[in-house]
Amino acid sequence: MSVTSPQPGWWNTPLHKEEKIWITIAFVWCILITLAMPAWHLFGTQNAASEYYKISTEDFGFLTDAFIEKYTVGEDSGVPVVAPPAGADIFLRGQQWGWDPVLKLKQGSTYRLHLSSVDVNHSMSLLPMNMNFKAVPGWDNVLTITPTSSGSFNLICNEFCGIGHHSMNGKIIVDS
Amino acid sequence: MASGNFRTCPTTGFKIHIPAQTLIQTNAVTAIVFLLVGGILGLGMVLTRWQAVHLLNDEWFYRLLTLHGIAMLVAWIIFFEMAVLYFASAIVLSSRLAAPWAGWLQYVLMLGGAALTAVQILLGNADVMFTSYVPLQANHLYYLGIILFAVGAIVGCIVFFATLVVAKTEGTYKGSLPLVTFGAAAAAIIAIATLSHGAIVFIPTWLWAAGIIPMMDAEVYRLLFWGFGHSSQQINVCAMVSVWYLLGTLTVGAKPMNEKVCRTAFVFYILFINIASEHHLLTDPGLSAAHKTWNTGYFMHLAVLASMIHAFSIPGCIEVALRKKGYTRGAFEWLKKAPWGNPGFSALALSLFGFGFLGGITGVVYGTEQVNIIAHNNLRIPGHFHATVVAGTTLAFMGITYYVLPLIFRREVAFPGLAKLQPYIFGIAMYVVSVSMMFAGGFGVSRRSWDMNGVDGPFQVNFGPIVDMALAIMGIAGVVACIGGAMYCIIAVATLLIGKKIEA
Repeated sequence: MSVTSPQPGWWNTPLHKEEKIWITIAFVWCILITLAMPAWHLFGTQNAASEYYKISTEDFGFLTDAFIEKYTVGEDSGVPVVAPPAGADIFLRGQQWGWDPVLKLKQGSTYRLHLSSVDVNHSMSLLPMNMNFKAVPGWDNVLTITPTSSGSFNLICNEFCGIGHHSMNGKIIVDS
Repeated sequence: MASGNFRTCPTTGFKIHIPAQTLIQTNAVTAIVFLLVGGILGLGMVLTRWQAVHLLNDEWFYRLLTLHGIAMLVAWIIFFEMAVLYFASAIVLSSRLAAPWAGWLQYVLMLGGAALTAVQILLGNADVMFTSYVPLQANHLYYLGIILFAVGAIVGCIVFFATLVVAKTEGTYKGSLPLVTFGAAAAAIIAIATLSHGAIVFIPTWLWAAGIIPMMDAEVYRLLFWGFGHSSQQINVCAMVSVWYLLGTLTVGAKPMNEKVCRTAFVFYILFINIASEHHLLTDPGLSAAHKTWNTGYFMHLAVLASMIHAFSIPGCIEVALRKKGYTRGAFEWLKKAPWGNPGFSALALSLFGFGFLGGITGVVYGTEQVNIIAHNNLRIPGHFHATVVAGTTLAFMGITYYVLPLIFRREVAFPGLAKLQPYIFGIAMYVVSVSMMFAGGFGVSRRSWDMNGVDGPFQVNFGPIVDMALAIMGIAGVVACIGGAMYCIIAVATLLIGKKIEA
């Protein structure tokens, strides 16, 4: 009974065969899942970034403004559209409530995307790929990205960031 | 201790300490009140996320979502766990409860804290969600309420441990602790560690909100918060698994197959879960890939191994018990002849399946480093935890209530016909809610979002009709689950008010 003290000597009761088999399979499975993560870093193509820097929200805002000023090519729904050259350092700023600028990228080119927030926590969600990365104030989350398909992609925020949270979105355009 | 302070339970033979009984009753009733409140709020949530209905406005959606999290994940579950802790110590060990006054201190602190927090949320001073990530700021009283609640829960754990000491020194039991008490002890140990993280993160945040100290780093907050936020879910797991073993014994007379294995699994929970809480930070800056892989993988999977052990051990001990009753024909006669009409048993079975297959497997998958990129903060996550803490923990606690009512409140369960159906309606509806959330999350629909179509934003976002359908299914199943939850509350309240008294 689970509500009474076990028989003396319970620690030495041998395991039943079926239970041994089950635990062995479960343990092997746990180890395999664990090893899958480092293995994916070696053989997989998509991994979360592990490049990051501390940066003040003021500095990040300053860098983003300079980036926008340098490469602006137009405007879309009130948000500046920026077309940086291939291989450039590009900036995406989360703030209540929008992602700016709109990034105009080239399919197959590689960029270093600096993702951060200048106010509260945000999280960038790229649709319809459904890829999600955090934008934390005070931290520059650096993602090395290569767009593999062209078209227009939505960005939404998936970290609650105040009453206007659902209205926070943005856009990435990829030209072929 | 005066013997007038005890009664003997005619069903189980336990010597029941009356002050312990009163504390169990008070905590359990308070828990059910919070479940009722949280359930009504849950109805508002599903009817708002069901895009065709869209019941609440944005401000009240976020406000009540914050309260839904606090009422359910914090108040309902932890008040009920206090009842479980007192039951697993004083009642199961036939001992007196150490320092009942401290038990009342626990109750008053937790109730005061929960009320303070709830009022701040309703006043619109704390639209910050359960996680309350800085720099989003609530009124300082919101954090104070959570701190008081956590201190109360720590006091409850201390009363539990003190009762174990009392029972040992007064010799109310012989040999090792019963398994249910051992599991509850594991829950209480994790609770102490977890609630300490809560103190480390909430005390500076409270002082920051009060304007006394500067804000802590946003990423450091996230790290510390999840030492509290996810590890506290392991309190629920331990309490729930203990309740599973208890229900196995009460419903079919099941006896743990191998005590060593079951207990080692509980120790795995204690040792390996805390660090694994970092799986909330897999897409964050500030941690290296090596760090993320190590802390979500190796350690977490030993905690998963513990769950895998219970997943075999609990159905196994039920099968053994039922075969002993003579249901030995074929491989599955025991399963067919199991007491499916007993709400304690059906709740146990549905809770086990929901927690393990829907909640556990998705948890492991979403918690791997790379998969997390396509799961982080979309509806997959609430899909996962509604399977674990609602279809799993909440349903298990509902099942044990059908035994607590006659054993502790000494009343026959009212509306037995309704009680027979209740676990099925609630459990299966919650399965559907969870799976439809996970499905919509697969398309990138964000959690904690009042509207998914980019309304008021610069750009339009379209998910397509299949996502609308998934959210409609979630909405309908959510309403059914609320009906199942309401049935539980009605049965519990009716039993207390009009249930036939059982004479001891």
